[in-house]
Amino acid sequence: MAATAMSITIERTVQVETHRHPMPPRERLERIFSVEGLDALYGGKPAIKNVSMDVYKNLVTAIIGPSGCGKSTFIRCLNRMNDLIPSFSQTGTIRYHGQDITDPGVDPVAVRRNIGMVFQRPNPFPKSIRDNVAWGLKVLGMKDNLDERVERALTQAALWDEVKDRLKASALSLSGGQQQRLCIARAIAVEPDVVLMDEPASALDPIATAAIEQLMHSLKSEYSFVIVTHNMQQAARVADMTAFFSISRGEEGQRWGELVEYDATEKMFTAPADKRTEDYVTGRFG
Amino acid sequence: MSAHSLTKASLRAEGLPRRRAVNRMMESLAWLAAAVAVAILGVVVYSVARRGAPALSLDLITKTPASFSLTPVKQGLANAFAGTLVLVGLATAMALPSGILVAVYLTEFARPAIRSAVGLALDLLNGVPAIVIGIFVFGLFVVGHGQSALAGSFALACLMLPLVARATMEVLVLVPSSLREAGLALGVPRWRTTLSIVLPQTIGGIVTGTVLAVARVAGETAPLLFTSSLVGTKVSWNPQHALQSVPVAIFELAESPDPQDHARAWAAALVLLLFILFASLAARWLATRSRSRMGASR
Repeated sequence: MAATAMSITIERTVQVETHRHPMPPRERLERIFSVEGLDALYGGKPAIKNVSMDVYKNLVTAIIGPSGCGKSTFIRCLNRMNDLIPSFSQTGTIRYHGQDITDPGVDPVAVRRNIGMVFQRPNPFPKSIRDNVAWGLKVLGMKDNLDERVERALTQAALWDEVKDRLKASALSLSGGQQQRLCIARAIAVEPDVVLMDEPASALDPIATAAIEQLMHSLKSEYSFVIVTHNMQQAARVADMTAFFSISRGEEGQRWGELVEYDATEKMFTAPADKRTEDYVTGRFG
Repeated sequence: MSAHSLTKASLRAEGLPRRRAVNRMMESLAWLAAAVAVAILGVVVYSVARRGAPALSLDLITKTPASFSLTPVKQGLANAFAGTLVLVGLATAMALPSGILVAVYLTEFARPAIRSAVGLALDLLNGVPAIVIGIFVFGLFVVGHGQSALAGSFALACLMLPLVARATMEVLVLVPSSLREAGLALGVPRWRTTLSIVLPQTIGGIVTGTVLAVARVAGETAPLLFTSSLVGTKVSWNPQHALQSVPVAIFELAESPDPQDHARAWAAALVLLLFILFASLAARWLATRSRSRMGASR
């Protein structure tokens, strides 16, 4: 019996949005974050080493890279979310509008007040849909026009039409995609400066994913987004700037993540400067 | 011998019959141990019910003990039931808030080293004999001041504290950390997130733990002997006086020469036992209910 030789060519083509607005030169952009020489360690073991990059205002910045390259660790450094992990430590500086947020004198609560976060898995409070958005507003003293603020946030998160008739229903009765949009509404309701998104669409179906990408696109004139994603197409679709993290291996088998290349998304996907970036975005690795 | 041989001879060669026999024996031993545990409870409940039921009447909880008389009078232990209500109520009022605070501190704020050290202290406190707690409170409050229900309830609270704290810790660790992160990511202080997001998730578990602790201390005699046992026969609700309690009343009646008193002691024991059984069942029911609610929230 003759064996059938079958060759399957899998070609990962990445569509870069062509109708996006041309990006102004980087010198003209306002810097929100200025990260320099950031090392992050869990229990003394490095998770990321020597990351230096700037994040710009009113852009969507994507962090891509293979699993275990420290994408999430990096983004959680930006709002001191890693403080909750006892074994965590870091060195280097992260300037947020010029102020070093790694400074022990900086109050992490104040940092997170300005830099919101949406997590990988939807984590609505076990409260009503309305209270999920209203709780943060109430606690943070933004009590004027509460209903209006709730409606605006839900509208911005493209959820209002689906929930306006059942605002008192439990948030846990929503679908996964709706829950994640509710989490986005909750994050933007308190009017942060930056919204960090840690793989916000990884647990969602393509339609919900598209809805979230669409809302990032329409909201970036008001907020700045940093999004971690392992989905390159997603980075290509939503991001203005893209950073590629990769895993480096030490001599004694240690592994850590490091920033390989950071540039405009279009350049990253069409003419990357580093061979590793090219391998990753063309699907030869990762 | 082939590795796939299934003949009896090959199985015997591997010692299968012996392993099977050992297995069967261990299984029966385990079953027997379980049966003994159930049987002990059954015997206790049965014997208390058999001896207590005849003297059980409404008088038991509405009438007070009569002072010595040669003619039979209707009497009961109303003072002891009222006293137990006051003692356990006050003990709960002391132990519940402090137990919750200890648990919140340990699970939400303390460093791991402190958490395990204080956790160990709670377990040790839980293991301290009740009589030792009684002597301790006697030395602390009773010497020079006299007995009082306040001192007695403080002794009971010492017994309740580790139970409430441990039960609360158990449910606090079940609250998904993603909820804490959600609150903190909004820029809300940690104490506020704990109070408004984390604690409401644990109310079912805290109630369960408290009911179990109440059931446990309602039957404690030893801590009350030194702190609230020199009592009158009138019903009193004043915690500044020593108040009679059901377990102490049972203890005293059991030592009386009068068979009528023995009957009353059995009846009071039955009431106490039924209260503890129902409280435990209620706690179980609450626990399953709150657990299924927690499951739904994930």
